[in-house]
Amino acid sequence: MIARLLTGAALAALTIGVMSTGPAMAQQGKLSGDMVKIGVLNDRSGLYADLGGEGSVIAARMAAEEFGNKILGKPIEIIAADHQNKPDIGANLARQWIDQDGVDVIVDVPNSGVALAVQEVTKEKKKIFLMEGPATSRLTGDACSPTGFHWPYDTHALAVGTGQAMVKEGGDSWFFITADYAFGHQLEADTSVEVKKAGGKVVGSVKAPLNSADFSSFLLQAQASGAKIVGLANAGGDTITSIKQASEFGLTQSGQQKLAGLLIFLSDVHALGLQVAQDLVLTTGFYWDRDDESRAWSKKFFDRYGKMPTMVQAGSYSAVRHYLKAIEAAGTDDGPAVAAKMKEMPVNDMFAKNGTILPNGRMVHDMYLARVKKPSESKGAWDYYQILRTIPGKEAFASFEESGCKLPK
Amino acid sequence: MMGTIFGIPPQALFGQLLLGLINGSFYALLSLGLAVIFGMLNVINFAHGALYMMGAFVAWLMLTQLGIGYWLALPLAPVVVGLFGVLLERTLLSRLYKLDHLYGLLLTFGLALIVEGAFRHQYGVSGQPYPIPDALKGGQNLGFMFLPNYRGWVVVASLVVCISTWIAIEKTKLGAYLRAATENPVLVQAFGINVPRMITLTYAFGVALAGLAGVLAAPIYQVSPLMGSNLIIVVFAVVVIGGMGSILGAVLTGYGLGLLEGLTKVFYPEASNIVVFVIMAVVLMIKPAGLFGRER
Amino acid sequence: MGIHSQSSGRASAQAAQAPAGGPTLARVGALAVLAALLAMPFLLYPVFLMKVLCFALFACAFNLLIGFGGLLSFGHAAFFGSAAYVTAHTVKVWGFSPELGILMGTAASAFLGILFGSIAIRRQGIYFAMITLALSQMVFFLALQLPFTHGEDGIQAVPRGVLFGVFDLNNPLAMYYTVLGVFLIGFAIIWRTVHSPFGQVLKAIRENEPRAISLGYRTERYKLMAFVLSATLAGLAGGTKAIVFQLATLTDVTWQMSGEVVLMTLLGGMGTLTGPVIGAALVVTLENYLAATSLPVPVVIGCIFVACVLVFRRGIAGEIQARFGKQSRSG
Repeated sequence: MIARLLTGAALAALTIGVMSTGPAMAQQGKLSGDMVKIGVLNDRSGLYADLGGEGSVIAARMAAEEFGNKILGKPIEIIAADHQNKPDIGANLARQWIDQDGVDVIVDVPNSGVALAVQEVTKEKKKIFLMEGPATSRLTGDACSPTGFHWPYDTHALAVGTGQAMVKEGGDSWFFITADYAFGHQLEADTSVEVKKAGGKVVGSVKAPLNSADFSSFLLQAQASGAKIVGLANAGGDTITSIKQASEFGLTQSGQQKLAGLLIFLSDVHALGLQVAQDLVLTTGFYWDRDDESRAWSKKFFDRYGKMPTMVQAGSYSAVRHYLKAIEAAGTDDGPAVAAKMKEMPVNDMFAKNGTILPNGRMVHDMYLARVKKPSESKGAWDYYQILRTIPGKEAFASFEESGCKLPK
Repeated sequence: MMGTIFGIPPQALFGQLLLGLINGSFYALLSLGLAVIFGMLNVINFAHGALYMMGAFVAWLMLTQLGIGYWLALPLAPVVVGLFGVLLERTLLSRLYKLDHLYGLLLTFGLALIVEGAFRHQYGVSGQPYPIPDALKGGQNLGFMFLPNYRGWVVVASLVVCISTWIAIEKTKLGAYLRAATENPVLVQAFGINVPRMITLTYAFGVALAGLAGVLAAPIYQVSPLMGSNLIIVVFAVVVIGGMGSILGAVLTGYGLGLLEGLTKVFYPEASNIVVFVIMAVVLMIKPAGLFGRER
Repeated sequence: MGIHSQSSGRASAQAAQAPAGGPTLARVGALAVLAALLAMPFLLYPVFLMKVLCFALFACAFNLLIGFGGLLSFGHAAFFGSAAYVTAHTVKVWGFSPELGILMGTAASAFLGILFGSIAIRRQGIYFAMITLALSQMVFFLALQLPFTHGEDGIQAVPRGVLFGVFDLNNPLAMYYTVLGVFLIGFAIIWRTVHSPFGQVLKAIRENEPRAISLGYRTERYKLMAFVLSATLAGLAGGTKAIVFQLATLTDVTWQMSGEVVLMTLLGGMGTLTGPVIGAALVVTLENYLAATSLPVPVVIGCIFVACVLVFRRGIAGEIQARFGKQSRSG
């Protein structure tokens, strides 16, 4: 009897004692007007860590520093966390950040599945979401949010860029190796549309789990299909692995088949090395060596991070800068008010010139079709791309009407 | 183009079977180690996957920090893992022999979390590249597919190791002592054979096999802390199907299941992940001791 | 001999002999806990509390099987996660109300429990654990492949809905009290089961199965029923969790999740009624706290696991009961 009583009391005491060290509930009605808190949420340890990761945090800091780390007289604070490519972790972190830690804006979130989950949270709580990392065009399509902004690129732009270019070069039959989640599916879908528009056909596809270590059976299927182009609808570590293993299995040796890396970041090329990556065609939203302004900023970034920026990291800078400008213009950090200001003002910085933001949050700017240089063509470290052409924003991105977003114009 | 077999072009069929054989080599090596450990200690070594990963990482560290190449890493890394196994067995596992065997499972589960978590904390989850040794670069065009030399080497190496282990256990004196100690440790101890030491060495050998599999895997699968995670459950299923204490069962089932997985990828790719578990369920219904096992 | 708290046999035998007419003090203690639970959302972050409650129910359900049935299932995440998926799907895609959605999820896990139970019960001990592990891994891969689960993305944007057509669950307080209610119902079911004749037979089977068979009990049936009940309640926890977090993802069906619930129960005290609740509260709090630091969570969890297995097998509640149980007998 006493045992049961004591156990019950211990349970109560332990529970209360332990829980009182847990998180306390945020006070209702607390305006985060006393500071602007920016939360950079991305993959810091996994297959997408190099394309965003700590680099995005540094880029955000660089944007804040341009304002003297103060906005409207109040401090700017930047925090970061790792979503580990899991939608539940990402969504819970976002929710906790907003509910309890007073975070006003969430930045980056590569991995389209996680981004979709986080967008649900920010939509519900009317907080701004600056999406640099994720790719799926659904974020400004059927899953759009009034306070969501999709910045450097999306699957539609990639499809238009790389898809059309490869078909024009003669690659009129395609086989896809697709990362089996929101991003891969959307990239495959958007690219198939562009391939067919350009007169090509899709012979087949296979779904590979995210973060696969071994693409051998998928590559074998690709080889067996006889398609001229093997489209890699994956990113980051997956792309690196598939390209490496493709060369192991002699996929490109015979000259019959070519690889199309539908999403390739500067960090991927760096990891692969020019010997393996040469001649890959890719579409990017930013290249550090594009013009004087981009070079100047990228050098500053390089001095702090040790690597040249990817379009995600450069995009983080640009978006956070635009966001802070909008807060100044709006005089508040209330989500919908700032969002309205952001959509009114054009984007003009080293990342984009005369970029406009559509009602669904899509930032429309020029994209670039590039080819990876051969080792002999490269004049030094990070001299990786040859820009083939500039794709005007209106051509690269879907218009608001086409996007499928149900928000008012 | 040749004709088709059951409507599938031979290139696809033989290609996937060969890839399946390569996967099966890993299954066989890992389940061999597990079966040896289970046979002797009656412990299901949940840490087997983490130790496999550790073998790959030791090889990678040897290369990047000490400049020790693949061919030296191949014997050395398993030794390192084996020594770690000795440490684990002496300090932790041996305390549990008098208890219910399930505690061994729980302990090794905790160990797996620690080892994997530590590597993950240090190196993240994306893989570190490990280059294929120069002697094994390139490949052979077999007609129905292009086989990288290294992958062919993996099959050969694992076959050699599995067969030698089987011979050692079934045909040598040491193996006889081992099998006797499994049946009746007290009696064997009475004959003057140091059974606790034998147990320690068996555990070390079992995990060394896992470490060896890790080194073999490094050039193929990218050295990542998560390497062992999902692989280990498949290996458990293999061991259950083969019969928990049977060495032969483990090896044959390992290769067999690799081939079966490859076959499934040709005809019904979506099921390739679960075919192992479906087989396991079926075998358990029909012959609960496993295909080659005896009721314990 | 199986895994179970050493003292639980005696403590529950005492309990069986001294039923409800027991000390008012125990009742007061229980009421105090209940009052604390009712007041908690005003002090602490409700979402965190709901997470604790869901996992507490999950751990209690798991404990029913191991602590009282002597069967270590290493695949309980299969029931937790599949219920989460079914609930999420029915509520989001078929528009069910939350209580129906949770019921559907619970029914799904019950069905899965019957299916897996009939396969797994054929073996015992380690074999049983391995089989449950492998079966739940199969569920993981099914969750990865089946279209309705959306693989890596999971089922997102699950609406909270309106409970019984009256209570809007978007209100955090309403949601919390609903979860509390579900937890209390589940806990009451377990309590009742343990203190019933069925519970007694189960304990007898755990202590000495051949003896129980010789006494004429169809032990296979009892074990299967315990398995199904455990699976069902785990599913109840999973379905509720899906509504609270508005998500059902692969994390819910991984073997790491199965391991977590084992840890919660081990740490709290296997075979005690309150142990799993304590364990769940501790583990969830610990993970929450650790996530903010840079310490690797799995390593810490693993160390606790190892420590528990080596030196702390009775768990917190088990230790308390052993100490004070002894004193009350000798005193």
